[in-house]
Amino acid sequence: MSREKGIRLVLWSVALTFLAVGLWHGDPRQVFAKAVRVCMECIGIG
Amino acid sequence: MAKRQYFQILATFLYNPYLGNFLTGRVGRVPGKMACVPGLNCYSCPGAAGACPVGAFQSFLSGVFPRFPFYVLGSLMLFGLLFGRLICGWACPFGFLQEILHHLPGPKLKKNRFTATLARLKYVWSMLFVVLLPLAFWATTGIGIPAFCKFLCPAGTLEGAAPLLLVNASLRGAAGTLTVWKFAVAGFFLLLMIVVWRPFCRWLCPLGALYGLFNRYAALGVQVDAEKCVRCGACARICRMDTALAGDPECISCGDCLKACPTEAVSFRGPSFHPRTEKER
Repeated sequence: MSREKGIRLVLWSVALTFLAVGLWHGDPRQVFAKAVRVCMECIGIG
Repeated sequence: MAKRQYFQILATFLYNPYLGNFLTGRVGRVPGKMACVPGLNCYSCPGAAGACPVGAFQSFLSGVFPRFPFYVLGSLMLFGLLFGRLICGWACPFGFLQEILHHLPGPKLKKNRFTATLARLKYVWSMLFVVLLPLAFWATTGIGIPAFCKFLCPAGTLEGAAPLLLVNASLRGAAGTLTVWKFAVAGFFLLLMIVVWRPFCRWLCPLGALYGLFNRYAALGVQVDAEKCVRCGACARICRMDTALAGDPECISCGDCLKACPTEAVSFRGPSFHPRTEKER
């Protein structure tokens, strides 16, 4: 296996592992909770 | 109009389909906001259908109990591995805005050594404002803040603050010095966009910085056939980003360089349609 293919494989593995761990932790709920409210920092108030 | 611009218009609409919310001044409460969009689009934009990845990333490092942003970082890596900076060139509403404003008449600054230095510095600003400052605030005050959104992000000001403050009187009443600062930063970038091609994208965007690192490994995007390339620099000369070679970390895979290459070494790659040569592997 070439070096580039190896790096790609590692990156895919890390990405999918992070996604799986995040889903298991319930991260999408936190993302949702932040995204459905007005972000005061984003609009320069908070 | 080029094919890429149709994609940019479509992406802008898909990111922000809830146009009615602009009239009511509300931020949409839709299931899509459990997921991050690949490009820069503020989740406080009334029309937004998904979460801003930069804001979501910082939200995990902010507050009283910072956590490692597994889900957001995993999503960003996946976007990077699939598309790299093709996202910047084809599916980022804020990148599209920068391109539109650059068509306005005015002096135009071409890329040079100074702009290339600024492009490299985006890694420093991204690390500082997206990772280090939120954690530094948490370490010193006990509460982390999304520093990039709070002090810099012009997308939040233009897509979130401007439409919300326009129709929401209570938010207008809460505006203060920070609001003025954010609008000053956004105004500066709006003017800069007329003079410079995609200045925010090239010099400050954390997403561009991250996706650029994946360009080499992305499934889609511009590639250079090393066997055909004669290192003439034609691709870099025609490119308005701070690229040294097509497909490098500054390349947004717009495809402008494809026709400029005298040896047809530059092409779009897909996993099955354009297999790379053995030498490239």
